[in-house]
Amino acid sequence: MSGVILQMACVAGLLGLAVLAIFLSRAKGATAVIYSGTLVVSAIALIGSLRWLLGDTANAADLTLPIGLPWLGAHFRLDALASFFLVVVNLGGAAASLYGLGYGHHEQAPHRVLPFFSAFLAGMNLVVLADDAFSYLLCWEFMSLVSWALVMAHHREAGNAKAGYVYLVMASFGTLALLLAFGLLAGPAGDYGFAAIRAAQHTPYAAALVLILMLLGAGSKAGLVPLHVWLPLAHPAAPSHVSALMSGVMTKVAIYGFIRVVFDLLGPPTWPASVVVLFLGSITAVMGILYAMMEKDLKRLLAYSTIENIGVIFASLGLALAFQANGLKLAAALAFTAALFHVLNHSFFKSLLFFGAGAVLTATGERDMDKLGGLIHRMPFTSFAVLVGCVAISALPPFNGFVSEWLMFQAVLQSPDLPQWALKIMVPAAGAMLALAAALAAACFVKFFGVTFLSRPRSGAAETADEVDRYSLTAMFILATLCLLAGILPGPVIDALSPVTAEILGSAMPIQANEAWLSIVPIAESRSSYNGLLVMVFIAISASLAVFFIHRFASHALRRGPAWGCGFSDSVPAAQYSSASFAQPIRRVFGALAFHARDHVEMPAPGDIRPARLRIELHDLIWEGIYAPIVGAVAWSSEWLNRLQFLTIRQYLSLVFATLVTLLLVLAIWS
Amino acid sequence: MQMHSLSFDVSHTLAGGLVLISFMMLYQDRLYSLLNVFALHALVLTLSVAWQAYVQNAPHLYITAAIALVFKAIVIPVALHRIVKQLGIHRDIESAVGIGPTMLAGMALVALSMVLMLRVTAEADPLAREDLAFALSVVLLGLLVMVTRRNAVSQVVGFMSLENGLVLAATGAKGMPLVVEISVAFSILIAFIVIGIFLFRIRERFDSVDVSALDDYRGEHR
Repeated sequence: MSGVILQMACVAGLLGLAVLAIFLSRAKGATAVIYSGTLVVSAIALIGSLRWLLGDTANAADLTLPIGLPWLGAHFRLDALASFFLVVVNLGGAAASLYGLGYGHHEQAPHRVLPFFSAFLAGMNLVVLADDAFSYLLCWEFMSLVSWALVMAHHREAGNAKAGYVYLVMASFGTLALLLAFGLLAGPAGDYGFAAIRAAQHTPYAAALVLILMLLGAGSKAGLVPLHVWLPLAHPAAPSHVSALMSGVMTKVAIYGFIRVVFDLLGPPTWPASVVVLFLGSITAVMGILYAMMEKDLKRLLAYSTIENIGVIFASLGLALAFQANGLKLAAALAFTAALFHVLNHSFFKSLLFFGAGAVLTATGERDMDKLGGLIHRMPFTSFAVLVGCVAISALPPFNGFVSEWLMFQAVLQSPDLPQWALKIMVPAAGAMLALAAALAAACFVKFFGVTFLSRPRSGAAETADEVDRYSLTAMFILATLCLLAGILPGPVIDALSPVTAEILGSAMPIQANEAWLSIVPIAESRSSYNGLLVMVFIAISASLAVFFIHRFASHALRRGPAWGCGFSDSVPAAQYSSASFAQPIRRVFGALAFHARDHVEMPAPGDIRPARLRIELHDLIWEGIYAPIVGAVAWSSEWLNRLQFLTIRQYLSLVFATLVTLLLVLAIWS
Repeated sequence: MQMHSLSFDVSHTLAGGLVLISFMMLYQDRLYSLLNVFALHALVLTLSVAWQAYVQNAPHLYITAAIALVFKAIVIPVALHRIVKQLGIHRDIESAVGIGPTMLAGMALVALSMVLMLRVTAEADPLAREDLAFALSVVLLGLLVMVTRRNAVSQVVGFMSLENGLVLAATGAKGMPLVVEISVAFSILIAFIVIGIFLFRIRERFDSVDVSALDDYRGEHR
């Protein structure tokens, strides 16, 4: 069976499950049936797309279905890029289904989740497979709408209705931008097939406009600053396995759209485009992680961290554009591979971390870090899996996050080869921003893990938490294993990505399978190489030695003494380090600039028995500077236009008359 | 050639007469006289259409002329007369805007339509050009009547005279199929019936056909 037909059959299966879920969802056992169904179908689709990616990707497979617009039909195509993103989508889908088998049992309203979950998976598959603008937009809207329904699954919880509303507005805005972009791409001839768009010549102005529209359209879906505002509201509002899908997978589908249009359909890139993408990407990375640092809600923190990772991916794509525009094929392939590798990695560890947050939520009912703590004793397996995810997302070796960021910085180091001075200065600056973001991400996830899982419980719920079910744990451990595998064996992953880069850029990184000892060598052995396995062995040996020496030579004598201090003399758990106190140094350094942060100490007057209070004032400058004025203008103009509803009949007639006369006057003056 | 220039002059005169009668409508402040002027308006339209039928040698235009004569010059004015009588508003004097400003606005509208039409249709047949310019003036003056009046009956008259302008434009151009004119005429007739029924309904409910009563009813009179 041809690859694309298998994928479409899987999509049909998922849609069928969605329909089945509508009828079943109130029945007992529906959760198990639907999630095992989506697990099986996603696994089949995953194996199919993986075989395609590793096997013969040279010849792309087409499929035209007689649905959609009359006489045009809907075109679907499986090529290397699509098959890579299908791997990401279906791996995330299979993991989320497995997790859902356990997590879904706690769902209060399964009929609001099950049909849409399955349809959401189908929608993301369809977007990646679409091969004409019409099907693409249709599937994109389908995906957006279904995910909106999932965001609104718990619509009575505070804030979720607002999240859904903001998401809907931003999604329609993004689709409008995409619609205009495809309109420009199709040109006056109006052939909406991707093959025709690829073959056509695009004028520089049209290409620049399409790039901007794609940054608006795909960028708003992916969470590019300043279009990210919906993401930290909407992603946490959905059930946790759906949050994992939205953060780990749906943002990747948006990135797929960006790559498909800007790298594939738009023809050879120009270097100014890369400056824009690089700039936005690095700003997004830093802002995203600063927001995450200030956050104390587990899922919102993860959503902001998604924004950071999207920034990293866009920055790598910007680098790839810069090198490609200057004909530096090898460096372009390196940067592009880094971006794709990070797409894969982020889908692993962000899904893992959202699963972990969901497990904490199931066990304690809390998302606020300042009410958690000490969970490592109550939930040891979850804690271990989340620890792996935190280490991976902080880009520490030997896990996968390190490899992709290392590859990206290797690409940054190629910047002296670029001829344009703007890029020569811009790329190292962006590299510094990305390094800052990586360091802040590490700090952020130390806080995430430390405050939630270490220290002592800060609430009764955290004290009595229980380990979650086996399905959830299995899903988390599979992802944790994948994080480790991709970290210690990056060579095969890079080799698997080479058909994608070859297809999109016309060049690929050197084959890594030939390198000795499973090292990876991006450019040449003399310049740099990395061996994850060696690093892991080194870490394992040195850690074992350290443990051995401590246990062997440290004193065995027990010392019991009054806990006189070290800042921990008070036995009240609330006196521990909280998430806000952990973030305080970073808030001091960056907060004044990024959030206009101020600390106010409210000291009661002498004799007053009120407690003194420390109040932290944070401003979301992007919301206040961009969105609040737009909201205000819309409210003002609708208030004003509302008066038009209450005119008398003669005033309406006069309005018609005045409009007619004005139009005639315009014609008389201008013609 | 002589004949041609005569035909041009006559149709020009008739179309100009139609504009003139539209102006007369602007300052009629009694309903009966307004209806009489409207009947005259329709009569001149009939003559104009008939003359076009003769000049263009298009017999189907005679049918249009007959429809205009029967319905617009006779049936509708007579029916409106009866309505006004039944409603007992034949003594009402009404004008929302003063006559002076209305006349000035009318002149400005005619000037606008002349300037516009003569400029836009520079390459067209001179007869059709002037005809279109006059027709647009009649349409705009009809709209002006609708805007400046407060009484529903006079708004109906304004609407009907606007439609006369449309018929004038349609007959001035050569080759307009009869179907279009007939359908326009019948749609007007149906509009007239609907509006007539509405007039009585409004009257039943509000004891007045002054449309400002409707605004009071909506509670939004400002």
